[in-house]
Amino acid sequence: MTKYSIFTIARNALTGHKNWPRQWRSPEPAKDYEVIIVGGGGHGLATAYYLAKEHGVRNIAVLEKGWFGGGNTARNTTIVRSNYLWDESAAIYEKSLQLWEGLSQDINYNVMLSQRGVLNLAHSLGDVREGVRRVNANRLNGVDAEWLDAEAVKEFCPIINISKDARHPVLGATLQRRGGVARHDSVAWGFARAADSLGVDIIQNCEVTGIHQENGRVVGVETTKGTIKSKKIGLVAAGHSSVLAQMAGVRLPIDSHPLQALVSEPIKPVIDCVVMSGAVHVYVSQSDKGELVMGAGIDSYNSYAQRGSFHVIEHQLGACLELFPIFSRVRMMRSWGGIVDTCPDASPIIGKTPVEGLYVNAGWGTGGFKATPGSGWCFAHTLATEQPHPLNAPFSLDRFTTGALIDEHGAAGVAH
Amino acid sequence: MLHISCPWCGPRAETEFRYGGEAHIARPQKPDELDDQQWADFLFMRTNTKGAFAERWYHSHGCRQWFNVIRNTVSHQILAVYKTDEKRPDFPIKGGV
Ligand SMILES: Cc1cc2nc3c(=O)[nH]c(=O)nc-3n(C[C@H](O)[C@H](O)[C@H](O)COP(=O)(O)OP(=O)(O)OC[C@H]3O[C@@H](n4cnc5c(N)ncnc54)[C@H](O)[C@@H]3O)c2cc1C
Ligand SMILES: [Zn+2]
Repeated sequence: MTKYSIFTIARNALTGHKNWPRQWRSPEPAKDYEVIIVGGGGHGLATAYYLAKEHGVRNIAVLEKGWFGGGNTARNTTIVRSNYLWDESAAIYEKSLQLWEGLSQDINYNVMLSQRGVLNLAHSLGDVREGVRRVNANRLNGVDAEWLDAEAVKEFCPIINISKDARHPVLGATLQRRGGVARHDSVAWGFARAADSLGVDIIQNCEVTGIHQENGRVVGVETTKGTIKSKKIGLVAAGHSSVLAQMAGVRLPIDSHPLQALVSEPIKPVIDCVVMSGAVHVYVSQSDKGELVMGAGIDSYNSYAQRGSFHVIEHQLGACLELFPIFSRVRMMRSWGGIVDTCPDASPIIGKTPVEGLYVNAGWGTGGFKATPGSGWCFAHTLATEQPHPLNAPFSLDRFTTGALIDEHGAAGVAH
Repeated sequence: MLHISCPWCGPRAETEFRYGGEAHIARPQKPDELDDQQWADFLFMRTNTKGAFAERWYHSHGCRQWFNVIRNTVSHQILAVYKTDEKRPDFPIKGGV
């Protein structure tokens, strides 16, 4: 792998940037792998990378039915933060944020992490109490958190409307200064390149259509590129988690829903932080190109269509204009949808399934982009040692049997 | 937006309805005899079908009745609407329709 640095840029400038090597190989699948990862989104690629780097496993394939990073990785609004309420969540999301903070160096790829601060607005007395409680819980867990009253919110984000007669008045907000955004594609590409350089086979246009078992344990997968053997299979397929688990006869507590986002035409810099409101389903930041990046809510019904309804967008834009009257003349350029896998407690599942050798990393729902490095790191540990790491042990599938749910609806909301 | 035909009121916009998730999840006959695994299956485990999916809808801004719909979760096409005490019409479960 050519190391990217200012010197390689200078050297390639001399030859008109015509001689950059390919960033990764495109191998044909081998017959047999030690580990197969199904799903080449950020989480699958991160899993492969940490398996190779931290655990020395090199004989790995990542199988992706389309092109890698074309799922939710490419469709999300890229908000990164770790201010979740419960100890279990704070620990895993904070681990992830710490990995983010060193990621560009670690994988030698600029993931453009921009820690510009994330506000979570409170619009009612209930929201205020929940927010203050969460700030306190975060601090006890070593996660940076501040409570801002309405005036301080206005100071931090001057274009926000804090008038008392707004339909959803701003009563305050939590602020995580270390939160922000990162560049989604770079995360997929950077992990792919880093994993590839450690020998991982990343195979695109290879859809898994069946899971082979013998005597209650997995022995391989059926794909559009033939049968591939492996005794260890990790499902990391986001919106399609249930479909894949069903191939092995495993039922999951997951429903798949469309979640939409949209971007405006590029405008001059107007908002230099991230603003989220779980209550009115608004979240907005501005990209480096100047587009306002906004997320909407999920459609109520189950779907695999990667598109959502217009009334959901209408609802989000109505609330958005209340908060930011200055956006009223901005034109929206594109909208799209992704399929998110939601769990009843708004927390993910990372661990074993009842089928031996079959592992699942799913249920990240509307908020898994921020978890990409942490999720891959924990899942790699689980696959390599066949035991969950203490960070992901609470997120087992059997918490739905024991009843030890991790209810993050308040911190996850529809947003993240 | 979906256009849903309520069995009582006829075709209406989706925004008049509320979604009730997967249909035909029968309440356990003898709840006191269930073990934790069976409770987990009943409460949390879902089919989440890709293709023809039986689901419940509630006409919350209309007649306030519940009913069932079979809808293709890939194309969103509604294949059947039926009352809760009627049998599920046959559609292949898998692979879109
Ligand atoms: C509109 C939107 C906004 C969001 N905003 C945020 C946000 O601001 N912050 C945040 O933290 N999270 C956000 N999320 C959630 C986040 O995007 C997801 O939780 C996360 O990306 C999921 O993990 P992933 O990247 O591995 O998924 P994906 O990128 O979807 O990867 C899964 C891959 O599996 C592949 N696959 C599926 N079936 C098969 C098969 N049979 N064989 C082979 N491959 C298969 C798919 O093609 C896909 O590439 C948002 C999501 C959406 C849709
Ligand atoms: Zn009706």
